[in-house]
Amino acid sequence: MSLSESNQAQHNSLLSSDSQRTLYPYVTGTSVVALKYKDGILMAADMGGSYGSTLRYKSVERMKPVGKHSLLGASGELSDFQELLRYLDELILYDNMWDDGNSLGPKEVHNYLTRVMYNRRNKFNPLWNTLVLGGVKNGQKYLGTVTMIGVHFEDNHVATGFGNHLARPILRDEWHENLSFEDGVKILEKCMRVLLYRDRSAVNKLQIAKITEEGVTISQPYSLKTFWGFSAFQNPTVGAEGSW
Amino acid sequence: MNMDLKKDLDAPHSMGTTIIGVTYNGGVVLGADSRTSTGVYVANRASDKITQLTDNVYVCRSGSAADSQIVSDYVRYFLHQHTIQQGQPATVKVAANLVRLLSYNNKDILQTGMIVGGWDKYEGGKIYGIPLGGTIIEQPFSIGGSGSSYLYGFFDQAWKEGMTKDEAELFDILLQQLVVKAVSLAIARDGASGGVVRTVIINSEGVTRNFYPGDKLPLWHEELEPQNSLLDILNASSPEPMNIQ
Repeated sequence: MSLSESNQAQHNSLLSSDSQRTLYPYVTGTSVVALKYKDGILMAADMGGSYGSTLRYKSVERMKPVGKHSLLGASGELSDFQELLRYLDELILYDNMWDDGNSLGPKEVHNYLTRVMYNRRNKFNPLWNTLVLGGVKNGQKYLGTVTMIGVHFEDNHVATGFGNHLARPILRDEWHENLSFEDGVKILEKCMRVLLYRDRSAVNKLQIAKITEEGVTISQPYSLKTFWGFSAFQNPTVGAEGSW
Repeated sequence: MNMDLKKDLDAPHSMGTTIIGVTYNGGVVLGADSRTSTGVYVANRASDKITQLTDNVYVCRSGSAADSQIVSDYVRYFLHQHTIQQGQPATVKVAANLVRLLSYNNKDILQTGMIVGGWDKYEGGKIYGIPLGGTIIEQPFSIGGSGSSYLYGFFDQAWKEGMTKDEAELFDILLQQLVVKAVSLAIARDGASGGVVRTVIINSEGVTRNFYPGDKLPLWHEELEPQNSLLDILNASSPEPMNIQ
């Protein structure tokens, strides 16, 4: 993390009148993983807020409900996620003010987020996040993702950041239609455990959220057990001292 | 070499800093060092980095001295108006969110991390950390500034959830000792922190400022008891000539 660079960038932008505004993330969240199951969507994220290589904050909620039907998970810059939540609060408020019995579903919220992210990208002033939006409305399950440059799509299972590399192969192998709640949780925990082993920015404190027709539930924070009992881990450099 | 010297002396004032804010059942204790540097020169060795926003809310400032001063000036101004409009003291949450707004909306220009702490009648003692970028995060305790790197381990073991139980009224004193110990540990290892330790205790009764001069802080590893002169040492011990250890 070199904070002195941002001074240079700011000096340059003063000369070229504000058209250069790509920022740097400061406090970031790592992977979010989500999948569709029998009754709705399951989403998992750890509670870490990293400041460069320091694991600075360990109780950050990176998944939040949006309205009655949706759940938003975010990785990337936390201040931008907090700002997005404010935009969404306003969106939901205006939706409720119509008082017409209709409420924004996950598909609509996903579309709104896509427009926000893409338009900011076009102005070279992105919200530095990758978002996962899941929900259920009128029995229809919905799971989508939006990146900081406006790339968006829906799928049966999605992941952000490191999760793309480590979690998606597991999901491709083990996901199927109509997973039970228990099976869904087990798959997500398998993904989160791998991320804990292999992602430097992961912290061992996570939450799993479930969204169904009835509503959103976000679990209490908990930690995963890890396994270190491979015999190969005991004396790995015997016969080759100095190696690793 | 002349150019380098000029660059250093004209370098922007930065408060390398160690800042801390902790909550207890009844209020908060804020702590900070007092060193402001321009490059390698210590421009002010007795700065006050704990700044008042309202009667009941203070902010610890770190990073660029100019940026943190202007942010706290604006927030003090807005809070003053807000207090008049409300007809009652501002809450810590409102003060913290004003700091967040300025930090977030000017994130490409500002370089300051702050800790807002105070007491209000609705939520009691609260601490909000507002690092670079403008994230706002409510915490039972918060550390910031360059010196805080040396304190993560210290707080991981020294902070216990029991710190929030309502012990004796002396609890704020106990917590203050913890804060002074922490800041002085950071000063021992961080070149950008130094000077005196200032603390501010805020609770329902009001605000108490304290001052711990550099020579009254505890000594850590490889630090020696300060003396007036070598001559005192020589005279105190046996009248032998100076010997090389």
